[in-house]
Parts: sequence; C-alpha cells; structure tokens
Amino acid sequence: MKNKVKAKKINKSRSLITTVILIAGFILLFIFMLISITQGAAAIPLSTVIEAFTNFDRDNSSHLLVMDMRLPRIIGAAFVGSGLAVAGALMQGMTRNPLADTGIMGLNSGAGLAVAICFAYFKGASYFQIVLVSFLGAAIGAAMVYIISNLVPGNNHPMKLVLAGATVSTLLSALSQGIALNSNVALNVTFWTMGSVAGTNWNQIKLALPVIVTAFIGSVVISRGVSAISMGEEVALGLGVKIKLIKFLGTMFVVLLAGTSVAIAGAVTFIGMIIPHFSRFLVGPDYRLIIPVSAVLGALLLVTADLFSKTFSPPTELPVGAVIALLGVPVFLYFARKQKGDL
Amino acid sequence: MENIRINGIKAGYSEKVVIEDLTIDIPLGKTTAIIGPNGCGKSTLLKSLGRILNIKKGAIYLNGKEIHGMPTKELATKLAILPQSPTAPEGLTVEELISYGRYPYQKGLGKLNEEDKKIITWALAATNLEELRYEAVDNLSGGQRQRVWIAMALAQETDVILLDEPTTYLDMAYQLEVLELLEELNKDYKCTIIMVLHDINLASRFSDFIIAMGSGKIIKAGYLTEVMTTEVLKAVYRIQANIIKDPDTGCPICMSYGLLNKERNKKLVRRGA
Repeated sequence: MKNKVKAKKINKSRSLITTVILIAGFILLFIFMLISITQGAAAIPLSTVIEAFTNFDRDNSSHLLVMDMRLPRIIGAAFVGSGLAVAGALMQGMTRNPLADTGIMGLNSGAGLAVAICFAYFKGASYFQIVLVSFLGAAIGAAMVYIISNLVPGNNHPMKLVLAGATVSTLLSALSQGIALNSNVALNVTFWTMGSVAGTNWNQIKLALPVIVTAFIGSVVISRGVSAISMGEEVALGLGVKIKLIKFLGTMFVVLLAGTSVAIAGAVTFIGMIIPHFSRFLVGPDYRLIIPVSAVLGALLLVTADLFSKTFSPPTELPVGAVIALLGVPVFLYFARKQKGDL
Repeated sequence: MENIRINGIKAGYSEKVVIEDLTIDIPLGKTTAIIGPNGCGKSTLLKSLGRILNIKKGAIYLNGKEIHGMPTKELATKLAILPQSPTAPEGLTVEELISYGRYPYQKGLGKLNEEDKKIITWALAATNLEELRYEAVDNLSGGQRQRVWIAMALAQETDVILLDEPTTYLDMAYQLEVLELLEELNKDYKCTIIMVLHDINLASRFSDFIIAMGSGKIIKAGYLTEVMTTEVLKAVYRIQANIIKDPDTGCPICMSYGLLNKERNKKLVRRGA
C-alpha cells in the first residue's frame, strides 16, 4: 500500500521533476561555465572575466584570452555535450536499443575518419567544408553499421547492432590513425580521436550553433512519435504513427548533431549513451521529457569534464573524451546492472 | 455494408509471399477467431488487416472504404491492433501506456485534454485497472499487462480491435481473464473483435465466427458449428478430432485427437528407415 502511494507521487510529478532539473541544470551550467572561463593554463580572476565582458580592452591579453579562446571553447563544450546527448536519446528511442550511441553506432568514427582525411590530404579546407565532410562521414559510418547488422541473419537483437557498430568503429578509427601516422598530422588527429574542445574558435561556433539548435528543435517536435516508436514499431503503426517519416527526420537530426559535434570536438563517446539513460532514470520513458533533460545534462557533463581536463594537471590537458570515459564507465555499469537483464 | 471485405489480397514479407490470393468477408459487431497451424498465414492476415504489413495485391475495405489508402492516423481511429506480446518501455506506468491510445486524436506535442482524460479513465474502468493506474507496467503479471494493452486499444475508441494471440505465454486463468474481458467489450460496447488464437477450444468458446486457415488459404470460414467439425480440423491440422458439446457452454469442443493414420504410418516408416 505504501508502495502504491509512492508510485502515485512519482508518476504525478514527472513533469514537475523535469522542470526542476531544467532550471537547476541551467543554473549549474552557467556557474560551471563561469568557473571554467577562469581556469586554464593561467588562472584569470573572475573580476577580469567580467571586465572582459563589460569593458573589453583589445590590448589586455587576459581579455583576449577570455573572449577568443575560453568563451568559444566553453560554448562549444556545452553545445557538443547537448548535441551528442540528444543524438543518443533519439537513437535509443528509435532503435529501442538501450546501448545505442553515436559512438557505438559508427557515426563518430565515420565523421572522425572524414575529418582526418580532410586534415591529411586537403590541408586548405575551410571549416565549412570540414563540417560538410564530417556530416557525410557520420552518415556513411551509420549506413555501414546498419547494412552490416542487417546482413547478419537473425532477429533484431540489440547486441547485433552493437557488435556491427564496434567492428565498423574499430576499422574506421584504425584507418584514421593510419592516415594520421602516414601524413605527419598524428598529434592533431590523435586529439580528435580522443576528443577535445580545446581548439574551438568563433568560426566553428557560428557554423555549428544554428545546426545544433535547429536539430534540437526538430528533435523536440518529433519526440512524441519517438516515444510511440519506443513501444515497438508494430504498436506505433497501429497508433497511426508515421514511422518512416519520423525515422527519416530522426536519422537526419542524429547525423546533423553527431556530425557537427565531431567537427568541433572529435570523437567524444559515452555521453550519448550515459546521459539519455540517466535522464530516463530521472524523468521516465517519455522522450518529450528525456530529450530536453538530456540536452541540459549533456552540456553540464561535457562542461564539467572539460573543466576537470584543464585543471587536473596544468598546464597539460587530458583529452576530454578520456575524462568522460573515466566518469562514464562506472555510472554506465551501475545503470547496466540495474536494468532487468533484457540484453 | 457492415463488414470488413478482404478482396483477393496477396501478402507476406519482403522475401516470402505467405498469402497468394485470399478473399473473405468478416462480419462487424462479432468476435472472430483466426485459427490454423504454425506458419499458415494467420498472423500475416491479421497484420495486413491492421496495415502493419502492406499488401502486394488486392484490397481490404472497412465498411466499403479501402484501408490501405486511408491516412494512417485516420485509420487508427477506426481500427486498433495489438501485436503479439508487445513490451512496454521500462518504467512506463499503466496510465501513461493507456494514454498512447489517444495518439491518433492528438496534435503537436500531445498534451492530454479533458476529453482524453475522460476516455483514459473510462478505459481504466472498463478493464478493471483503476487500482493499478500508477504502477509500472513491467511490475505487473502477464494477464494484467495484456489488460493494459487492451485498455490502450480501447482508448483509441475504435469499432474494431485486432489482436495477435492475446493469450500466448499466459497461464490458463489469465487466458480466461483476457478472453472474458474481450467478450465483455464485444457485448457491452459492440466492439468487433478479430483475433488470432492458437487454442481451438478457446476459439470455439469465445468467438462467433471462425476462419480456419492452412498454408496461406482459407480452408473454411463461418459460424462456430460450421467450422468446428471433424472434417475441417482434419483438413486444417491433419488430426483426427473427436468433437463433443461442452456440457457447460454448449459450444463444440475438441475432446481428444490423434494424428491421421496416414501421417502416423509415414512417421513410422521414416523412423524405420
């Protein structure tokens, strides 16, 4: 009986919990971004940071550092984090696969390889061209995983897609490394395959921001259909859901989000898997709530991880992808254990 | 034209045609069971009827209107379909699952209005689930879970509900619970129930009209007493059935059965060789 009352409360308050998480998330995100701007190879006091905003002085090197290096970096981190998290949420909903993630499904490594080719063989490529190539790479990576997993006979077991994804990802990452070693851009590419937001500049932000925001709004618009698809395709069809349209749009948004994120920060894995899981744990299985919550928590995670990667052993930086894996693996194992053996 | 008319359909999956050419009228307002051996095309027929499968030839009409040409959302207000053993996402509550039945009536992000809430409450009451309203579906028993899915179909407010083996994996008491609920819906709300059933005795007890299928074709379709005969069961299942009248319900039931002699001999020969 007690249990029933508890269940009732949880159910009634899901949208309230979502609101609280969104507001608290935004506040925390703002605070962490502010702290992160003050931290780095050289610490800059908060008063100087505020001064850089309110009374910018072109001759002050601290002001330049804040405006041209740290601000775009931290904005990039926030958008990459939310982009990857939303992409992961969409994929998990559309495939009903709790392990779906842009990293595991070959999108990140596909985009990574495309970008590596750009770096090595087309050195004059503009950032716009790199982003376009990155989209293409993400789409090709995803298509390869999809085709390979469909070539293997058997039903739609979650593991099948994951194994195909792992195979393709390993191949594509190995090719990226090979290209890197072969053309003396090893350091550059290694950082990309590990993931980092350190080199983000305003040009990248200007291009990436509208894409990520558009894809995010699109994701919210189709979120009800994604929720219905997550109940099974036959159930969704019976409810009158336009599955093909929603899956087409969803896949497009995933490619846009993953492609843009990889073009900024390289292959940051795990966010797309962990954050939607954690959001589902907090607000339940409705993607109308999971997607916005994932966006905020994804941004928060990457901003925090970036802060950690800068401050752990300055002046050297850890690749942020490695920090996320460090934080992410235990959390993921916890949720994987909690899940009732459906894998 | 109070029926569903299936006119010369060809249906199946991408690599394999299961039904070559099938024509049948199914009466509205009745409970219909589709029976037959494994792989005979009964699920294919049901899925084609529920436009989960596209048909390759022919047409299906609901009250004279072609269903595969109808917008899928509009059709979802006329016809609900439950696939075989659907699974709910973890943590989804009973009420939340039922509220998906309102999908075809909603626009945009789909906030539930007063009308939606009224119908969800009604569906909860009709399936006797009020007390479990806020429970997670994955914590319920198999029979309760099946009732929740039926409640979702009810919230769709359709005249026709299609079910693919609604009693699989359920214990006997739960099977009865589900079928009695469907019987009630048919009697009280004039719902047309069309379901695939494995157990011929349950089909006999709970349906008015039976479609008996074998290898993609209809072997016999008609009212109970026309289909539940030794000859039909011989043709459908290749068994020698002993049919008697159920002393409680008066329905014909298959009391015992054996393999046809011919089949048994074949088996013996194979074993001998």
